[in-house]
Amino acid sequence: MATKILTEHINVPGIETFDVYRKQGGYTAVEKALKTMTPEAIVEEVKKAGVRGRGGAGFPMGMKWSFLAKPEGVPRYLVCNADESEPGTFKDHYLMKNIPHLLIEGMIVSSFALGANKSFIYVRGELMYVINILEKAIAEAKAKGFLGKNILGTGYDLELVVQPGGGAYICGEETALLESLEGKRGNPRNKPPFPAVKGLYQSPTVVNNVESIATAAWIVNNGGDAYAAVGIGRSTGTKLISASGHIRKPGVYEIELGLPVEDFLYADEWCGGIRPGHKFKALVAGGSSVPILPANLALTLANGEKRLMSYESLSDGGFATGTMLGSGGFIVFDETSCIVRNTWNFSRFYHHESCGQCSPCREGTGWMEKVLHRIEYGHGHQQDIDLLVDVAKKIEGNTICPLGDAAAWPVASAIRHFRDEFQWHIDNPSEATKPGAVYKGEMALV
Amino acid sequence: MIDLRLLSRTTIYMEDVKPQLLKVTIDGIEVEVEPGTTILQAARKIGPEVAPPAMCYYQPLKASGGKCRACLVRVAAGSAKDPRPMPKLVASCLTAVQDGMIVENTTNPQVIDARNGIVEFLLLNHPLDCPVCDQAGECDLQNFAFDHGKVTTRYEEERRTFEKQDIGPYIQLHMTRCILCYRCVFTADQITNKRVHGVLGRGDASEIGTYIEKAIDNDFSGNVIDVCPVGALTDKTYRFKNRVWFSKPVDAHRDCPTCSGNVTLWYRGEDVIRVTARKNEWNEVTEFICNTCRFEKKKTSDWTIEGPTKISRSSVISANKYRADTVKPAFGQRLAAAEYKAIHDERDTSQLGIQQLAPERFAKVLPSALDPEP
Repeated sequence: MATKILTEHINVPGIETFDVYRKQGGYTAVEKALKTMTPEAIVEEVKKAGVRGRGGAGFPMGMKWSFLAKPEGVPRYLVCNADESEPGTFKDHYLMKNIPHLLIEGMIVSSFALGANKSFIYVRGELMYVINILEKAIAEAKAKGFLGKNILGTGYDLELVVQPGGGAYICGEETALLESLEGKRGNPRNKPPFPAVKGLYQSPTVVNNVESIATAAWIVNNGGDAYAAVGIGRSTGTKLISASGHIRKPGVYEIELGLPVEDFLYADEWCGGIRPGHKFKALVAGGSSVPILPANLALTLANGEKRLMSYESLSDGGFATGTMLGSGGFIVFDETSCIVRNTWNFSRFYHHESCGQCSPCREGTGWMEKVLHRIEYGHGHQQDIDLLVDVAKKIEGNTICPLGDAAAWPVASAIRHFRDEFQWHIDNPSEATKPGAVYKGEMALV
Repeated sequence: MIDLRLLSRTTIYMEDVKPQLLKVTIDGIEVEVEPGTTILQAARKIGPEVAPPAMCYYQPLKASGGKCRACLVRVAAGSAKDPRPMPKLVASCLTAVQDGMIVENTTNPQVIDARNGIVEFLLLNHPLDCPVCDQAGECDLQNFAFDHGKVTTRYEEERRTFEKQDIGPYIQLHMTRCILCYRCVFTADQITNKRVHGVLGRGDASEIGTYIEKAIDNDFSGNVIDVCPVGALTDKTYRFKNRVWFSKPVDAHRDCPTCSGNVTLWYRGEDVIRVTARKNEWNEVTEFICNTCRFEKKKTSDWTIEGPTKISRSSVISANKYRADTVKPAFGQRLAAAEYKAIHDERDTSQLGIQQLAPERFAKVLPSALDPEP
């Protein structure tokens, strides 16, 4: 049985209530942190744990915490990014819905470590029922003296605010989230200054993903070294993976980082393999914005070794033969899926979600979507594939926030690995536009 | 076109030299600037030859910039202490210079490529109705497209269009031309007492609007026309009356109780057809003016005339309006004159009515070109 850090007690009946959670050893981290540890010691433990941001970018959480500016007389804020809207990612939703007190415990410990007296959980607006669950849990914790004024008699005050967002994908970008939290239009800010210096209300702010914050409680209880012992290399600890697509057992799984992709995909403990009678065609390993990989490259590295579920192994080979762990949205495609249609679908999403602030993303995402739509519906031109590559190249890296990159990568990678399929759509429009028509040419199916 | 190799030998030192000045090299030209200066401002100190284009950045407006990405540059060395290059192209309007920073602007093909891409993106949904646009001739996008655009477009789909909107008695909004630079939003935020317009919608469906077509009614609302880099916000008292290159700008002032009263009057013949705020060489308003000055004082008798507005010789506005010998030769002219060679053309042009320029007249036009000064 693999180590479970976040989901160990998730199936205990009634775990969403304070009493059951407490009985399973909940809130001991709050007691330990507030009564026996200094904020600096907690930051040190998190640094030792080497836990990397679980929202997608994979930036070490302890480093982020230590960058927080600490000017005198200015409040500091911790903001939990629960605006999970990446297509293919649904782990935070699962965690907050089932075990809300884990996040709250993590928030208390992290806020204490950062010296924040008011912390926010920014939840995606569509998840109204999760917001209700969180608010109920916060009320319970407050009634038991774990939140509010003078927590456990230690003199530390913390107020937790749950803020529903409007459901915009862009508000998952940390600075857009802060703008939205301030009540403004959710446009990403230009960086620098980074939130660690000027964030929410121009005060130093740390923005962390739900899953990252939830690990803090375990790290306080068991120590950073124990956390770092799990996982592989610089990818320490466990990761929640939201598995979806053409697999036998879709769902959220907590895995130790370093598990081979092949085991995760085929073992009964996790995905249980491709649906019966079908073959593995392609994989999006970390949510829709990471590059798509064909089956052979998804399972093995360029040098023939097994590809592992870790930050390093998934990005091995750069964008030529690799991808990214991202937010852990594991989307599996079998041979019945049309990559052109899928790419168009992703592209449509990014077109719809672009905030429209900077020109490459505002105009480029729409352009890519229209060209892909044209190819998918049998009106593609021979030069369209090169056009898409060029447009993607001109968006990538030239935008204010990473949404431009997120829109460009799936298109560029789909063309890189499945160019023949695009070409087939352009060459055989009448065949390709038949209902259910899929490219059947040469490709690596597993 | 200016030969940058010649420029690169020059080192420009600013007048008030202080010990803590930062040294930055842009396209091979060194300049010293105060801490906190952005790359764009440093490049502007050197001159228009190396200044990156700016479609959204507007120096008088706080928080502007970063949106159009036209001013992207490559930082080849971050600073003297940490000479690593920056991984991505950076927006020069927002990035502060560090001591020893090396910036590549027009000398880097990656930057030029990105900039060509930006023009293409900005023109995707732009109507290109320059022949009937009031902004033509003084349009930032037109100039930017001239420098970096392609002759053809690769975009085949339908362009985004909007109905024209009247926002108040003086201003018309033609959203189809807008490039969403946010300058008018910042203007309304920073120089009027209440902003009633903003960006609605998102992505390529975003638009400048007043929500339920509210009128922009404010003493300083007319300034949004001046800050607009394209012809999206136009002066209704001037619309379709003239082409800018037929009008002659003259600096004038009046004793205005609301604003500074320093304006530019645009004459056509004897008539003042338009009043705008004065702009500097970067097309930025130096002093914002009130609506009374802009829209209601259109008689010469309302104003004290100061003299002709200084207009860059390269601007279409200056065409046919100034005698060559009243204009101080710019760097480019000096360069051109230095390389001047008599054209040995065997065709006889005397029959074609082309006036031959006598050498002594040439000397008068370009005095410094023949001077022995360096």
